[in-house]
Amino acid sequence: MRSSIVFRLSLPQKALAYCALLLLSVPAILPLLWMISTSLKSDTQIFAQGSAGTPPITLKNLLPHPFVWQNYPNALKAIPFLTYLQNTILLCMVTVIGACLSSAVVAYGFARIPFKGSKALFMVMISTMALPTQVTMIPVFALFRWLGWYGTYLPLTIPAYFGVPFYIFLLTQFYKSLPTELSEAARMDGANEWAIFSRVILPLSKSALATCALFQFMGTWNDFFGPLLYINDPSRYTLAYGLQQFLSTHDGEWTQLMAAATLFTLPIVLLFFFAQRTFIQGIATTGGKN
Amino acid sequence: MKKNLVGYAFIAPWLIGFCLFTAFPFLASIYLSFTRYNVVSPPSWVGTANYRMLFTADPLFWKALQVTLYYALMAIPLGIVAGVALALLLNLEVKGMSVFRTIFFLPSIVPSVASSVVFIWILNPQTGLINGLLRNFGILGPAWLQDTAWAPRSLVMMSLWGVGGSMVIYLAGLKEIPTHLYEAAMIDGATAFHRMRHITLPMLTPVIFFNLVMGIIGTFQFFTEAYIMTQGGPEDSTLFYALYLFQRAWRYLDMGYASAMAWILFFVIMTVTGVVYRSQKRWVHYGE
Repeated sequence: MRSSIVFRLSLPQKALAYCALLLLSVPAILPLLWMISTSLKSDTQIFAQGSAGTPPITLKNLLPHPFVWQNYPNALKAIPFLTYLQNTILLCMVTVIGACLSSAVVAYGFARIPFKGSKALFMVMISTMALPTQVTMIPVFALFRWLGWYGTYLPLTIPAYFGVPFYIFLLTQFYKSLPTELSEAARMDGANEWAIFSRVILPLSKSALATCALFQFMGTWNDFFGPLLYINDPSRYTLAYGLQQFLSTHDGEWTQLMAAATLFTLPIVLLFFFAQRTFIQGIATTGGKN
Repeated sequence: MKKNLVGYAFIAPWLIGFCLFTAFPFLASIYLSFTRYNVVSPPSWVGTANYRMLFTADPLFWKALQVTLYYALMAIPLGIVAGVALALLLNLEVKGMSVFRTIFFLPSIVPSVASSVVFIWILNPQTGLINGLLRNFGILGPAWLQDTAWAPRSLVMMSLWGVGGSMVIYLAGLKEIPTHLYEAAMIDGATAFHRMRHITLPMLTPVIFFNLVMGIIGTFQFFTEAYIMTQGGPEDSTLFYALYLFQRAWRYLDMGYASAMAWILFFVIMTVTGVVYRSQKRWVHYGE
């Protein structure tokens, strides 16, 4: 680790650093605090600031008074939050399983089996990550519509089962780092490639798979564009899409909207706190490996 | 021979998916861009009519390009400067840094639908937080999302709020700069400014380059926030290219036209990233 003299700060320098950090923390965290605070306020309180005379917002306004916990049950009922939550969780589970398994299989092929054209195909796969969705989305939409999948969850889930380039890339890097002796030993015992993959390699890749699962979960949880294109039945809305629909139909219900936004964001924040390391490493390797 | 077969069997899921959901649609959209197509009935060939219309008779196309370019020229450089500056600050060795790191990173993981909803509320001209705070200083804040000049700036501001995502990548880059470079510089009597100018920033250029390319690709596809927060308004001041393309395709069912737009977008992104890629010889340092 670096505890070199180069990086040591003098006391005034430290004080300056803390000042800068604290000052910058305010705009970073205030929008989220304001979201939570609004979710617990009464309409009278939130609209008091906009009425004639318009008093400025001060620190005092950050605290709701009285606390209106009722906003939460109201939001759950009005949106309907629980139906959307169920739909979202279902989609998350189905896509996480599909994306992780298929990407692992493909990554094993790229990383551990030397076949003709492997390098070129890997490059093709990497370059598809930079391809703008706009270029393919219309024919893909036409294809799914032609298959009769419009309005179902199939367009949002099936593609995950064909491997996700980013995860394939991450897993390939990981599989390349595993010693070849592992597979050799199993091969001596007469195991075929599938057995080596499923019994030797796959059990070793839990941490790499966790990174992929985390990203896929967040991707599906946050996805707005997919449901926007393919879901038309309100009983099938996801949270991301349902929240936007609620916004566009209930303009001005800010307390309920903020309560719903808080509930929608909370699982992601909790997930981040539990899996901070997996998270940061996943993002950092994105940039570092290039 | 058998190795090849087994190899292809393993990558088959991706290869099939690539053909179905990437390669075929990629080629199909070239064809569609020369047709009139509304999804319901088969496409009919119109030659270069869509492209001619776009370049000569569609002021909204130029407006969308201009809006997107303005946003790119603001958000990408500001994002890089803010991201690097924040990473440098967070790389200092003081106690409690992990708490600050979490605080600055948190905004970038908030789902874009949630942050859009929150920012509409915060930017509300009358009851919003920002104008409410500005009133403390006797400042009458702008109408933000309802003002043609401020709406695009609001979206840039919001993108800076989420700068924590790229900050983490810069931070990882900073950690990889070998300490001995700094020690050698110290012995030579280099000031902090010199170390920054001649060691830290040059060593960080590969990461800056990576974020620049990702920023360009992402910005030209900027959609969700604009769709939720402004729907392109007021007066088309936030009619981003991807948003206009979406409206053409799904609101007016003008899918041939939208395909032509997609190809122009693809061409623009390729050109810009190509130029940036060529430029890296001049300013990106690889290795020590």
